[in-house]
Amino acid sequence: MNATIFLEIGSGSGCVSAFAGKILDTSTLYLTTDINYRACNCTRRTGSQNNVTLDAIQTSFTQALHSRLKNSVDIICFNPPYVPTVSTEVSEAQDLRGIEGSWAGGSDGMQVTNIFLSVVHELLSFNGRFYLVALKENNIPEIQSRMKTLYQLESKIVLSRRAGREHLSIVRFKRALPGLS
Amino acid sequence: MVRLITHNLLACHAKGCTSNNFPLQFQNVQIELKEAEFNPTFLETFMPKLEWKALVDSAKEASATISRYILGNTSLPLEQPEMLDEEFLKNLHHVLLEIHVEEGIMICPNCKHNYPISNGIPNMLLAEHEIG
Repeated sequence: MNATIFLEIGSGSGCVSAFAGKILDTSTLYLTTDINYRACNCTRRTGSQNNVTLDAIQTSFTQALHSRLKNSVDIICFNPPYVPTVSTEVSEAQDLRGIEGSWAGGSDGMQVTNIFLSVVHELLSFNGRFYLVALKENNIPEIQSRMKTLYQLESKIVLSRRAGREHLSIVRFKRALPGLS
Repeated sequence: MVRLITHNLLACHAKGCTSNNFPLQFQNVQIELKEAEFNPTFLETFMPKLEWKALVDSAKEASATISRYILGNTSLPLEQPEMLDEEFLKNLHHVLLEIHVEEGIMICPNCKHNYPISNGIPNMLLAEHEIG
């Protein structure tokens, strides 16, 4: 696949972006964001140990990049904090920018994810793809129908697997072609 | 690292700061040079996405901080050329991908907000009251 710009939100250890860098061709700029400084540093080092240059940026979602990346990103990946928790735990975790922010997801585990779901359509290029990790409890059918109705992004579950007690899926979104479906 | 290709994508996003908020100006920067694989196809695909004037200016700012003998050629034409010869693409490659800003500050030309760069990581976070 040809991708000029790859972007991962909440890159953490950096292993997803580094892996992407190994399977995509070399004509790609890899941008990663994370609110945690140590995660950004780790992302960068994981990249360099795998000979993939990852440009790590410490920011929330795509703040600071958003205006310049409109309709420009070919691949977006987001493994969000999807674990259902009490709602207050989310805001605390995000404000503290610590490790809890990597899992605490609020009442249906969607509190952080939903913020990004409302802007991702602005970032995708014409043929862009957005890959989201979701838990069964996040109500994937609801996410899919909402994204179609509100933002004309159609989607498909491309992989599902059980990891311990979590039923995990990868949902892939793309722009719906006008006139079809 | 903040390479100039990435710097060309960063704008100030503080509350109310919506015009003249790009490009962020470098101050007190420390630069490292790292060789990258020359890939003309990537450069040609990426060129339409660049804010050209911002890149030319930022390359000048970066080159003011370090001797040209060390930094290499950072001169770019004021307009994107129509014919892309090898010499131009090599310069562009060097400017975009081989100059790494490891330490320093990026300042918004409009609201003067400071975004620090530490160990190559730009900190673009804003405090709660600064978010628009």
